[in-house]
Amino acid sequence: MTRKLNLRIWRGDSTDGGLKDVVVDVNEGEVVLDVIHRVQATQMGDLAVRWNCKAGKCGSCSMEINGKPRLACMTQVASFDEDETITVTPLRAFPIIKDLVTDVSFNYKKAMEIPAYEHPAELGPGEARMEQIDVERSQEFRKCIECFLCQNTCHVIRDHEENKKSFAGPRFFIRIAELDMHPLDRLKNRKRTAQEEHGLGMCNITKCCTEVCPEHIRITDNAIIPMKERVVDIKYDPARMFSGLLRREKRD
Amino acid sequence: MAQNLQKLKYDVVIVGAGGAGLRAAVEARESGLSVAIVCKSLFGKAHTVMAEGGAAASMGNANSNDNWMVHFRDTMRGGKFLNHYRMAELHAKESPDRIWELEMWGALFDRTSEGKISQRNFGGHEYPRLAHVGDRTGLELIRTMQQKIVALQQKDAREFGDAESKLKVFAELTITEVLKENGKVAGVYGYWRENGDEVLIEAPAVVIATGGVGKTFKITSNSWEGTGDGHALALKAGASLKDMEFLQFHPTGMVWPPSVRGILVTESVRGEGGVLTNNKGERFMFNYIPEVFKDKYATTEEEADRWYTDQDNNRRPPELLPRDEVARAINAEVKAGRGTEHGGVFLDVSKRLSAEVIKKRLPSMWHQFYELAGVDITKEPMEVGPTCHYVMGGVDVEPDTAAAIGVPGLFAAGEVAGGMHGSNRLGGNSLSDLLVFGRRAGMGAAEYVKSNGANPVSDATVQAAAGRIQAPFTHEGGENAYSLHQELQEVAHNLVGIIRTGSELKEAIEKIADIRKRSLKVSVAGDRKFNPGFHLAFDLDNMLLVAESTAKSAILREESRGGHTRDDFPGMSNTWRQVNHIASYNGSEVVVTPKPLPPLPKELFDLFDVHELEKYMTPEEIAKGGAN
Repeated sequence: MTRKLNLRIWRGDSTDGGLKDVVVDVNEGEVVLDVIHRVQATQMGDLAVRWNCKAGKCGSCSMEINGKPRLACMTQVASFDEDETITVTPLRAFPIIKDLVTDVSFNYKKAMEIPAYEHPAELGPGEARMEQIDVERSQEFRKCIECFLCQNTCHVIRDHEENKKSFAGPRFFIRIAELDMHPLDRLKNRKRTAQEEHGLGMCNITKCCTEVCPEHIRITDNAIIPMKERVVDIKYDPARMFSGLLRREKRD
Repeated sequence: MAQNLQKLKYDVVIVGAGGAGLRAAVEARESGLSVAIVCKSLFGKAHTVMAEGGAAASMGNANSNDNWMVHFRDTMRGGKFLNHYRMAELHAKESPDRIWELEMWGALFDRTSEGKISQRNFGGHEYPRLAHVGDRTGLELIRTMQQKIVALQQKDAREFGDAESKLKVFAELTITEVLKENGKVAGVYGYWRENGDEVLIEAPAVVIATGGVGKTFKITSNSWEGTGDGHALALKAGASLKDMEFLQFHPTGMVWPPSVRGILVTESVRGEGGVLTNNKGERFMFNYIPEVFKDKYATTEEEADRWYTDQDNNRRPPELLPRDEVARAINAEVKAGRGTEHGGVFLDVSKRLSAEVIKKRLPSMWHQFYELAGVDITKEPMEVGPTCHYVMGGVDVEPDTAAAIGVPGLFAAGEVAGGMHGSNRLGGNSLSDLLVFGRRAGMGAAEYVKSNGANPVSDATVQAAAGRIQAPFTHEGGENAYSLHQELQEVAHNLVGIIRTGSELKEAIEKIADIRKRSLKVSVAGDRKFNPGFHLAFDLDNMLLVAESTAKSAILREESRGGHTRDDFPGMSNTWRQVNHIASYNGSEVVVTPKPLPPLPKELFDLFDVHELEKYMTPEEIAKGGAN
């Protein structure tokens, strides 16, 4: 049942690196992360790879496998042809630290820019009442395991380093959507700040983020598009435009 | 010489960023102190994310008969009365507030029809008690606290102009030592996993919240981080570990395919109606209901089946017995040749629930089996078997403050602390334990710092710590850490595992000592830059100390109780119930000594039917009727 697999691994750091070929044993039922661990234990003791749960729940082992952003723990070796070489490379949108490990601190900085949940002051412990159907909309986004594959694949930052400053990325659009749809959150204007401060407008809905999401969160359809529509509604609402005009006239 | 030593100063350092560590950090920061959170992996990836079932708290949303006293009784029964009564009491009393608090920080638990937090059934809990979010409750817990940390940082940014001025997360940093000066905690020392550069964080209080030890064993549900770091840090700093013989083997880990061996199948599968059968199709759990639980569990399949729809008039199915009982039963079935082809038993939920309901109530499980194992649990049974899941033993602490006994300034909370769960933990009591004692550790540390002040670290202490980090690079021709780790896992699994005997434990102690001797000369290939071989050299030392503590405690305890089963002493002994095992480190080896368990005070004693207590206590204890 054990066979040989041709694996090509990117090795190096921020200064230099390249693909290295290895031949490694693979057993029935194994995933790409198992094979990488075998290489680490038997051939390359200092091969760097991030991982934790090995069950698709923590989102640590994100990498690109034959060019596609994937979790290595959720990618069955059997999903490739037997004679196919499997190539593993680090996430392309983030700076390389070593081998398959990248510096994902960009995402933690963006997390800090999203205003936190605001609980209604009048609701004490145990007093909140919410319908299941109302919490489910936000719960879909709270399934996010922060693997950052959506951030990595989003061409707004993947191909344009300069956009990173003004673009929060799909992971944080669902965070904003989650708070915006939270039945109790008191903070106003989340959609407007998504547009004005977090770069929602730069997304042109190619749905690449949804395609790579290991949790199958419908990032584009359920978070980004509804927010974009609401932003447009607010901006071009005739009633609001009229009252805006009145305010301007008064000021003048 | 330390490599590029970075020096930092905080009031409190939290080692570990799982549920307990983050809850401690929130508490310490909110009391006005500066706090450093250290995690071995990225922020938000801690093993807490793996908790599926829920957090136990007697909110009484699903059954209004529930209250802290019922929860306390269940916890003590589950732990076979070896629990520290005060920890079980605090936990039962404070869990509801900790859950509601998460909701006030933005958590979104599943709801009842009245709009309250929904609560589900779980093994060993008399009423539906587990607050949950589908089967990803741990993720909700950690994400909520991660976001609470960010909220506190945003507040600091508004007040001080710098989000990280008072509360900072140090990710991918390994702590190798808790430093002491003048007999008190003075800080921690470690290295960045990224480049091996060294870090000194001076702080008069250190909270250890590093979780478990599963990686000591061959089959485990734990991630690479579960290497007993905090247990070893505390031992080396002069603290003691209590009752390290008690390990929980979760009854239902995946057994096939090999790549997913050990990964957990949540107990909710059984709570939602999953039944266990052997290769003859028999629902074998009915044959394994122990005497002490005889009147609480259904004795026929008919009654067990009725319980799912009418819990007031039927007793619960034996699939929902405490974890240790179910794990031993599966082990016995497999040993008797009634197991599956791959050495497990069948767990089937497909016959009772529709595909739609299964996908709704157990979404992650469906996902996990379908994507990792190619099994569709709405159509076919799962193959499951015991996996090393949780260590009940841990740092001996003061219940109210989580202060480690014997080391001023050291605190411990969560899985790394001992006492709360006695000899066996109930499912759902871990997430609530993290919250209750994480908060108490944060409070305890804050009070300690306020009354003790700074305790500077001397250069000599720093140099000694730096020398120990460099050591593996100076050994030439030593053994490889990976192969020693594998050897340790075999020894732990085969000789200190789910069923133990005196002779095997003796052999284990000798083998562990031998591996430890060889591990002192482990050599590392490559340099310090993100080098897993280098990292494992330190983890290995921690796991060896844990394994030694477990084996040496286990050989002394001549009875079977909870997560400690001796083939040569199969009965539970009421005199052994009065004994805790305290492991300490003398600089070269672990020494285990017995210590009397604090007796149950009268007001807690009186919460039980005395006939129930007679099953666990000696006639003298019963006659006394609890301590005053």
